[in-house]
Amino acid sequence: MTRFLLQRIGLMIPTIFFVSVIVFSLQQLLPGDPALTMAGDEASPALIAEIRAKYHLDDPLLVRYGKWVAGIAQGDLGISLRTQQTVVQLLTQKIPVTLELATLAMIIALTFGISMGILAAISRGGPMDYVARCIALFGISMPAFWLGILFILLFAVKWRILPASGYVPLTENPLENLRSMIMPATVLGLAVSGVIMRHTRSAMLQVLSNDYVRTARAKGLSETTVIFVHALRNAALPVITLGALEFGQLLSGTVLTETVFSMPGFGKLVVDAVFNRDYAVVQGAVLCTAVVFLLLNLFADLAYAAVNPRLRGR
Amino acid sequence: MSVALSIRQARPSTALRSPLGLAISSLSRQPVAMLAMAVVLVVVVLAVGAELIAPFDPASADWSALREAPSRAHLLGTDDLGRDILSRMIYGARASLLASVISVSIAFAIGVPVGLCAGYLGGIVDGVITRFTDAMLAIPALIFAVSLAAFLGPSLINAVIAIGVAAIPVFIRLSRAQAMGVKFEEYVEAAYVVGNPRWRIVLKHIFPNIVPALIVQATLTMAFAVIAEASLSFLGVGQQPPGASWGNMLTTAKNYLEEAPWMAIWPGAAIFLTALSFNLLGDTLQDVLDPRSRPRVAG
Repeated sequence: MTRFLLQRIGLMIPTIFFVSVIVFSLQQLLPGDPALTMAGDEASPALIAEIRAKYHLDDPLLVRYGKWVAGIAQGDLGISLRTQQTVVQLLTQKIPVTLELATLAMIIALTFGISMGILAAISRGGPMDYVARCIALFGISMPAFWLGILFILLFAVKWRILPASGYVPLTENPLENLRSMIMPATVLGLAVSGVIMRHTRSAMLQVLSNDYVRTARAKGLSETTVIFVHALRNAALPVITLGALEFGQLLSGTVLTETVFSMPGFGKLVVDAVFNRDYAVVQGAVLCTAVVFLLLNLFADLAYAAVNPRLRGR
Repeated sequence: MSVALSIRQARPSTALRSPLGLAISSLSRQPVAMLAMAVVLVVVVLAVGAELIAPFDPASADWSALREAPSRAHLLGTDDLGRDILSRMIYGARASLLASVISVSIAFAIGVPVGLCAGYLGGIVDGVITRFTDAMLAIPALIFAVSLAAFLGPSLINAVIAIGVAAIPVFIRLSRAQAMGVKFEEYVEAAYVVGNPRWRIVLKHIFPNIVPALIVQATLTMAFAVIAEASLSFLGVGQQPPGASWGNMLTTAKNYLEEAPWMAIWPGAAIFLTALSFNLLGDTLQDVLDPRSRPRVAG
């Protein structure tokens, strides 16, 4: 297990190095003088000089990369040109909103995706399988922001039962918080549930073809017991670990849903930063996302190895 | 094992026909796939012949017809500037199609050779390419495309480049895995033994074998690209107004949900139908051309 852990971490280091290279290279894509572009149209020469010094723009490329990485290692992701806050401050402000949204969405996605996946697997080739697969295909093809707009049209404009946009902090008013979260979380959750349903279906089908399931059936256990006690237990594991990989899709989704529902979270921060040409914030957000994704991947792998005896011995 | 064997044995008979011919003949036997094919064809025709088909100029404002509901004059209604929504939808198909074709070509042209090299050469080349691919995959595709488009500057073509670059790792992974799968096959080793140079083996002996899987992946990536282009244009970093895209039509529509709900219905439905059709085609082609592997969809 320790060897497996070290091996996985060893593989992660070069990956993180390449992530940092990609994120750093984004800056090189800026057309013209980056200091001028970053400072904006009506910048004073003093500000431009300050940016030039701050980002070491007069240094050679490699030196600049080294200084940038050294800064990150000390928790310095740069300063937002727009708000003058540090990027780390901005991120920690916005992440709770997105964390709540993503958690609710994941609960919806897992509940819906896993139950549809089980239904599809046990009625393989039957009408239920067909319906479930259609729903999954619809979920994968549906642009999340359009679904969000349709929800607003229906629940906020037509029936007026839910607020169209905005966010109420959980600590301020839990009920209003939930009301403002239902639509975005459902939109985001449904987008991911299609993929989870497909994973569950194939994992269940694989498990159901195992000998021990046949034995369980042969010794006279009810179908419910076979499916929920024997099969699901083994099928759920790959689904949950694969669920961790859907985190990326979930974060991509927050960029759109938070924009549609005007929620002050991580996704909205990225979009606003893109428009304000707040490049340090964009870079910080991308780097942060990638590192969290890699860590989640690592945990998923470890969790999988921890419960899978075939990997445990390695 | 027996399944794998029977597929291999079945190969010579199917190999008589090109993958494309095989795909077309089996698609024609599936009504749903035919419907999906028809939707894609309609989008292609609309995109190519937009000037001839669109009833109005997509950019010309009509101040006497602001946000009119669908009527005989304007079949799908008009938008906040009195522009004909149907005409803008037709021109929007152009942005969508352009995005899917060009971005998939970019991802294909870069991803496939790099993936083939990694898979066939192995060793340190493979190690470096794989870690780099992992790094690209760690950044969610849409977030990567948004930031790339932001740094390149907002325009349709930059958005398309960004989508293409974001889709590269999926093609690298797929071609690498496929190349590794066939590189120890006897015919590849035989080709090496008789003295073929490596580039020739990759090009003439390995590449043709992975074409079916690549066709499937390209079709599924088209669906991703259609949604991604719409998403980027919706966020404002893709097609710039007054140019029409299904995505940026929804950006405006969102401000008039009370007064003009139809503005939000049609563009979204078009994105959904087009993406659905590409996904359906991809799934069907998968079953026909490459039943053994399931490629991942870029997320």
